[in-house]
Amino acid sequence: MIIAVASGKGGTGKTTVAVSLALSLDGVQFVDCDVEEPNAAIFLRPAIDEKTPVTMPVPEVDETKCSGCRKCSELCAFNALVVVGKRVMVFPNLCHGCGGCTLVCPEKAITEKPREIGVIETGTAGGMVFMQGLLNVGDPMATPIIGQLRKRLDNSKTVILDSPPGTSCPVIETVRDCDFCVMVTEPTPFGLHDLRLAVETVRELNVPFGVVINSAGIGDDAVEEWCAQEGIRLLMKIPWDRRIAEGYSRGEPVARIIPDLHDEFIKLHETICSVVDAAAQSEDGVKKT
Amino acid sequence: MKLCISSTGRDLSAAVDPRFGRAAGYILVDSDSGAFEYLENAAAMSGGGAGSRAAQTVINKGAQAVLTGNVGPNAFAVLSAAGIKMYTGVSGTVQAAVEAFKGGQLQSVDAPTAPAHAGTGGMRGRS
Repeated sequence: MIIAVASGKGGTGKTTVAVSLALSLDGVQFVDCDVEEPNAAIFLRPAIDEKTPVTMPVPEVDETKCSGCRKCSELCAFNALVVVGKRVMVFPNLCHGCGGCTLVCPEKAITEKPREIGVIETGTAGGMVFMQGLLNVGDPMATPIIGQLRKRLDNSKTVILDSPPGTSCPVIETVRDCDFCVMVTEPTPFGLHDLRLAVETVRELNVPFGVVINSAGIGDDAVEEWCAQEGIRLLMKIPWDRRIAEGYSRGEPVARIIPDLHDEFIKLHETICSVVDAAAQSEDGVKKT
Repeated sequence: MKLCISSTGRDLSAAVDPRFGRAAGYILVDSDSGAFEYLENAAAMSGGGAGSRAAQTVINKGAQAVLTGNVGPNAFAVLSAAGIKMYTGVSGTVQAAVEAFKGGQLQSVDAPTAPAHAGTGGMRGRS
């Protein structure tokens, strides 16, 4: 089973929830998909035993063959190729690696070469299999690294994906085709605003989801009221507690700081399992009828 | 001489758009005859690569100089590779910018001393 932990707003506690959920279960593969700034390793302290570079294909132009026809430049939706006279300038950081330019070039002057955009690190943290993607600093292409992480998921385990924040491509790449998405928010107007956007996204992806309210008690009831109104499952509330903040600052997972929460995370997992099972059954029902 | 001025509007009374790649549009003026045409910037809303696309458009239109507020690294690389001079820090109306250019009051930005590919997105030379 693949569970993504996402949020609209950043800093609501995705990693807090993902790490503690993982630590409360056995047979977990934990994957930090927030490749622009992965931070689960701070809490899980994994031993890394393998580092694999991630590349994406970018065009290389043989200027002796190029006729300067501009077809590559006209095709490229990301403006990664510009033709100046008979010379093609390539902007690798704009390239999305689709390969269209190599196909459209009538002179067969364009080939693809790999460009390194980051690395995937694999290891273990206690009994847990750990994996994280690290995008090179300054590089804008997060999604291909997440795509590579997703190819390495082990479906025989409980897979927990720590998602990037927001609602853009890296989040879609993380959450799509997951069995469940835990959406972490905070009970503030900012938390609610961004939760609504994130819910819209996850609904579009057709992934079953529920909400965890972190720092419960700091704001208002608007998130809970909205969830009730929308018929969204409220899965869990993590209280605002000074001990959590202090432990967090030392890199300690909340489930270790407040032992009661350990059981709550086990219950969270049970709830997720029952929702996923029910979804699978109703899907079977649909198929039969 | 054919000038390209990044513009917020469609005629010479419009204000110069301070951005090159993300400008609303461009006014192409023949500085000798005063004839001009307006070109909407199709790349203004693109997710990325607005500068390189806008520079390609300017090259295709045969402009010899660009008058604008600022030029980003990608556009700078393309325009300098095409031998197009860039005059930045330009503000006020498009008309006033053209007059300032003709009066020799504008300073062109130094063409990069590095080869053109040095501007490939400031990506630590990984091309």
